[in-house]
Amino acid sequence: MNNMKNVNETKMNAVTERLLKMVSDWKGGAFDGAYNIRENGGCVGRQSSENIKIDSKEGQPGLEIRVSGKTRGEKVYIPACVTKGNVDDLVYNDFFVEDGADVTIVAGCGVHTETGEPARHNGIHRFFIGKNAHVIYEEKHVGTGKGTGLRSIDPVTEVHLDENALLEMDTAQIGGVDRTTRKTTGTAAAGARLVIKERILTEGDQQADTFFEIELNGEGSGADIISHSVARGRSRQAYTSTIIGNAPCSGHSECDAIIDGDAIVDAAPRLYARCSDAALIHEAAIGKIAGEQILKLRTLGLTEEEAEKKIIEGFLA
Amino acid sequence: MLKLRNISWSAPDGKAVLKNIDLDIEEGRLVAVTGPNGGGKTTLAKIIAGIEKPTSGVIELDGRDITALDVTERAKTGISFAFQQPVRFKGVTVRQLIEIAAGDKLDDGRLCSILGSVGLCAMDYLGREVDSTLSGGEIKRIEIATVLARHSRLSVFDEPEAGIDLWSFKNLIEVFKEVHENLKGTLVIISHQERILRIADEIVLISDGRVTDRGTGDEMIQKMLTQREAAAACRMQEELFHE
Repeated sequence: MNNMKNVNETKMNAVTERLLKMVSDWKGGAFDGAYNIRENGGCVGRQSSENIKIDSKEGQPGLEIRVSGKTRGEKVYIPACVTKGNVDDLVYNDFFVEDGADVTIVAGCGVHTETGEPARHNGIHRFFIGKNAHVIYEEKHVGTGKGTGLRSIDPVTEVHLDENALLEMDTAQIGGVDRTTRKTTGTAAAGARLVIKERILTEGDQQADTFFEIELNGEGSGADIISHSVARGRSRQAYTSTIIGNAPCSGHSECDAIIDGDAIVDAAPRLYARCSDAALIHEAAIGKIAGEQILKLRTLGLTEEEAEKKIIEGFLA
Repeated sequence: MLKLRNISWSAPDGKAVLKNIDLDIEEGRLVAVTGPNGGGKTTLAKIIAGIEKPTSGVIELDGRDITALDVTERAKTGISFAFQQPVRFKGVTVRQLIEIAAGDKLDDGRLCSILGSVGLCAMDYLGREVDSTLSGGEIKRIEIATVLARHSRLSVFDEPEAGIDLWSFKNLIEVFKEVHENLKGTLVIISHQERILRIADEIVLISDGRVTDRGTGDEMIQKMLTQREAAAACRMQEELFHE
């Protein structure tokens, strides 16, 4: 890629630097190991490592990230930032993780607009995870800027787990995103497990739609989907999860939402048992912060406002 | 240190629950408040913590009228309250809850000391959420740990024996003994349990919304054992305890 540069050599714009600190826990300087930084649809820094190779895709925008089976505890960063209005960024990233690899993938995204024009990032990530591999996938989304243009992030995540592979996905939308549609699908072979922890905060007139569809195809496969969300103001959230048990397997989904003000939350869990030995469970709870929780924290010396803040911080942690 | 003067409280349906309670609690004492169910013990504890406001009467702490102070303000003056049924928090870890109670970040050594005093190993619990995965005994101990972490001048425990298993209960008595012996502060424990009454410096008997008797622990236990109803209540508890 012609405009590919090492992050040490390039000058990311100040908004990207700020967003990176929010979504990638970047503290300045160079990333350790492999990374690719995407800014307004272009690459402003890339580096492969001995075990993790990052290349541009042929024929469509995006990357191919190949993680060697020799990888042990390495991190790869692939953050994407949209730093101005009138940008509609679409990217297709494919991850090929070899058998036995152990890797952490950090893929944060920030969108920023100071104008009335919208800023959007749409990241389509596919994961092909080999036998016995262990992947931690961290994804933080945030919107910033004073512009009236809509800030949108629409991630699509597609996961294929081979035998005994494990993917732990930690995904959070931590504020400022006006519209999001989040789709996650997965298939799990024998002994494979998919653990997803999602946290979403919506305020004002923001809207968030989340869809999960996981197929447990192999004996001993499992899925655990835990969604914690807070909806404030006049915001609206909808959660749909589907777990399909096609084999002796275990699936669990949990959707807990705290609502405040005039917010609306819909939760639609679905369990499909296609095998008599599929053990599938769903839990859902929607409501205001329990008064007794606030009271307990007040007996510890917090004001009502401080107590609410602590409860929400913990719930979204 | 704590003075209740003519405290009365009526339930929303108008039923008088506390009737002109007068009670002085001295600094550094372990005072057990006991009596029949429905007699007003828990209401009295909640009134001390500011969770309920008295219909009439005055509460003084060290000569200062604190009757109008709300729950947060009472906590800041040095009053702690351990709930009979501890509250669970999804997402809040044991470490976070104890640090909220202490009002500051704590190092692992200090956290270990606080949890150790209620018989829990910090390594096993600090990262756990205060949610439904904790047993009744575990959450009760953590509730008590939040009160210990505050080092309050006055700590009120509402039926600490309720809802916990035998093993936890035996340890709980040791916790109260140790807190009373080693930490400065005044303890008020609402309890039906004879074993708790036996470690009290003083026992206050509340029945039908009034203080009907009070005295040293030994005196009061003797008296109660000779009174049929109270003795029956204690024996029943003891039998349950030995099951």
